[in-house]
Amino acid sequence: MSETKWMQVGKREDLIPESGIAVWTPDGPVAVFYLPGEKPELYAIGHYCPLGKANVLARGIVGDLKGELVVASPLYKQHYSLTSGQCQEDEAVKVPVYDVRLNGEMLELAVPVTAKEGCAA
Amino acid sequence: MAKKTLIVIGNGMVGHHFLEQFADTPAAADYDIHVFGEEPLIAYDRVHLSEYFGGSTHTDLALGTAEDYAAKNLHLHLDEQVTAIDRDLRRVHTPKGEYEYDAVVLATGSYPFVPPIEGNDQEHCLVYRTLADLDSIRASAEGVKTGVVVGGGLLGLEAANALKSLGLEAHVVEFAPRLMPVQLDADGGALLKRKIEELGVKVHTEKATKAIVPGEEARLRMNFADDSHLETDLIVFSAGIRPQDTLARASGLEIGERGGIIIDDQCTTSDPQIFAIGECALWDNRIFGLVAPGYTMARTLAARLNQDSEASFAGADMSTKLKLLGVDVGSIGDAHASTPGARNIRFNDEQAGTYGRLVISEDGKKLLGAILVGDNGPYDTLLQYALNGIDLPKHPETLILPESEGGAPALGPDALPETASICSCHNVSKGDICNAIDAGCSDLGAVKGETKASTGCGGCAALLKSVVDVELGKRGVEVSKDICEHFPYSRQELFHLVKVNGIRTFHSLIEQHGKGRGCDICKPAVASILATCWNEHIMAKEHVPLQDTNDTFMANMQKNGTYSIVPRIPGGEITPEKLIVLGEVAKEYNLYTKITGGQRVDLFGATLSELPEIWEKLIAAGFETGHAYGKSVRTVKSCVGSTWCRYGVQDSVGMAIRLEERYKGLRSPHKLKFAVSGCTRECAEAQSKDIGVIATENGWNLYVCGNGGMRPRHADLFATDLSDEELVSTIDRVLMFYVRTADRLQRTSVWLENLDGGLDYLKEVILEDSLGLGEELEAHMQDIVGTYQCEWKTTVEDPEKRKRFREFVNAPEKKDPVQHWTTERDQRRPANEIKVEMV
Repeated sequence: MSETKWMQVGKREDLIPESGIAVWTPDGPVAVFYLPGEKPELYAIGHYCPLGKANVLARGIVGDLKGELVVASPLYKQHYSLTSGQCQEDEAVKVPVYDVRLNGEMLELAVPVTAKEGCAA
Repeated sequence: MAKKTLIVIGNGMVGHHFLEQFADTPAAADYDIHVFGEEPLIAYDRVHLSEYFGGSTHTDLALGTAEDYAAKNLHLHLDEQVTAIDRDLRRVHTPKGEYEYDAVVLATGSYPFVPPIEGNDQEHCLVYRTLADLDSIRASAEGVKTGVVVGGGLLGLEAANALKSLGLEAHVVEFAPRLMPVQLDADGGALLKRKIEELGVKVHTEKATKAIVPGEEARLRMNFADDSHLETDLIVFSAGIRPQDTLARASGLEIGERGGIIIDDQCTTSDPQIFAIGECALWDNRIFGLVAPGYTMARTLAARLNQDSEASFAGADMSTKLKLLGVDVGSIGDAHASTPGARNIRFNDEQAGTYGRLVISEDGKKLLGAILVGDNGPYDTLLQYALNGIDLPKHPETLILPESEGGAPALGPDALPETASICSCHNVSKGDICNAIDAGCSDLGAVKGETKASTGCGGCAALLKSVVDVELGKRGVEVSKDICEHFPYSRQELFHLVKVNGIRTFHSLIEQHGKGRGCDICKPAVASILATCWNEHIMAKEHVPLQDTNDTFMANMQKNGTYSIVPRIPGGEITPEKLIVLGEVAKEYNLYTKITGGQRVDLFGATLSELPEIWEKLIAAGFETGHAYGKSVRTVKSCVGSTWCRYGVQDSVGMAIRLEERYKGLRSPHKLKFAVSGCTRECAEAQSKDIGVIATENGWNLYVCGNGGMRPRHADLFATDLSDEELVSTIDRVLMFYVRTADRLQRTSVWLENLDGGLDYLKEVILEDSLGLGEELEAHMQDIVGTYQCEWKTTVEDPEKRKRFREFVNAPEKKDPVQHWTTERDQRRPANEIKVEMV
């Protein structure tokens, strides 16, 4: 695991309960999900759906399948684990997972220090 | 080895069935197959001929297409009558040429018998057999009042129905003392007569027509043997059929004394190279005037050509179940008790208008025959008793008595032997169904697909379902209707929970009746149910996380993560000003522009953050959301109707706009499309829509439950000649009943197919209000109509809601890095190759 640093990506008020938002990071777009009452309440995975080939995962429906927290990609409905990034329909497909937290009112994400702005583009 | 040639003469129902049965068998590979049809049209369903006057076309009734034939390498020669068979040279002749053959199948059918009445050959004396005959009847009926059918049998009553649907005052003239003399007895015939007269058809029994002469008040006058007379504008002869054996006769084949090509049990004629099947064939001195025996002959012959020595035709069951002009009539086996020693049980309820008769063997154990008029409910059960020789219950009368406490002893599918025929159209036995289930079919649809059961006339649908259910149950297959792992309920059950308990959020529903957090299956389904019940804004905070992306952002997500925008254009009518605005907006945001199939304009390629700005502009110009993203009412397509069209009989545009405005906010299990045509030319293609409306001289005809999509289905005619108000209230009821009872993502067509009792049941519920739900359904719809809001208008006016549309919440200026574009035919579209790989 490479070294990471906390980066501010938004505010508490940007979060939408039971749903996702997309944020911009030097490591590429990331989807942040807010599940009040769950432990933890925040989850972050890559926003890019490798099967749909578009930046859309934050816009999927969140839920649980057989006890695993997942988001359904809005394009072709594959499910990605919010905790591991694993695609449930295709073993070979996985999206990155990030640490995420609220620091007071600030929403913070752990981004690899090696990531350079724009490398995703 | 050169192929042999098989010639099939006749392209009717039986000829077609033979080809269906034969074309895919090994023996067919040895032959070049040529099919000759005298009519210019490909084989069609004659059983449902009268629907032609209800708006059905040849395409609706056709049993196949030229493409189907070509795909099976069948050479189809339509409009080409075979004029001679040269059996010595093995050649058939037609006006267009000569064809050599190795074998011939005669499927020439029958022709209508016209009684030898003086004057029967003048103009406006017609027959009822082909679509061309129907066209003649229609032409003859143009602008006149009265029509007479000669013949009160099955076909005659069908013809009377056809005359009635053309708006004529219809009469039936029957020589015998009662209607349907072959199938019914005196009491049954009398009840049928009464019921049919109640429907406005005048019945004249025991009338022998002496002559047809010019009329004084109408075109023709029929003079009867009892010196009475009847004036009419046209006469349709439907007094039975005669085998079409002219060609066979001329070719020297053996013919029966009263006509018909003589065949043996293998359908072979007196020439071993020539076979005959269907109504032209005489077997055991009998002609079978129903389609099922013809189909059995077709199957026998197909098997026999495949060297199946077991295949043989052994006669056919002539039992019939029909709805004639809406009246149930059933006749089974030995209906007239001609078996020596037979006994009868009769139940004649003049009050309720039902008649039932059982013909029972001397020892009281077996059912030999039965007659039913007014209620065909017991038919399936009785037929199984008769066909399979099942022992009758102790009190057989309960089989035809009206249901009382305790009810009639139902003959469970369990009691049927393996050999019991479930579907006679396709000859599927209970054993075949069990085999299909053992081979892996795990639901009704799969069994239908595998065995073809219930895909013919559909009369066995209920029986088939019960057999499948029981057999699946026996094998421990529990047919789960649960919507997903979070709720142990079907959509319909969830609907009831929400409605009855007044539940307004997903959260409280899952807390009270489910488990877990939900998923992408149950969340949108519940959102749709909540919308139907309470009609709150779908972007209300509680509902946001439930929606699929299209609903959340009120636009349709495209393959690269951008969205398309479809403003509502009711009925497809739009002002030049609005058209210009659409063009200007599209230009400003570089949107790809396309006219949709539903007469609207689709604007593609908007990014998430552009959506509110674009909608702000569209709303300012007077547009509102088109709900193209929702499982909801999409468009009401229309022609131009009587406003501009030379043929339009009603204002289809006005009605389309009225309907679209009324139902535009309705959330439903599946998207809904409507169309309104201004005349029967049907330019709006209403019969392929969930709700189709076609103008008539007298109002509107309503069609329901059609669709395009993967498995297209024509809509069914549901009600005729409705006034504007009747049309709207009927649609209110149908839609609301669908929305309340359909499964998740279930189209109206599939919903109807799965509805117990099908179209008839739906008619009872909606038109006769059999459940007493009518007013409630209308009130619920009125509530939805009354609480409509343009979701986009509410959204662009609310800064909180607009925040949802930020592509990246922390970087509003960033463009999505993986959207790549190219230009094609002067417009921007997504590039095919996305070169950037994300880690």
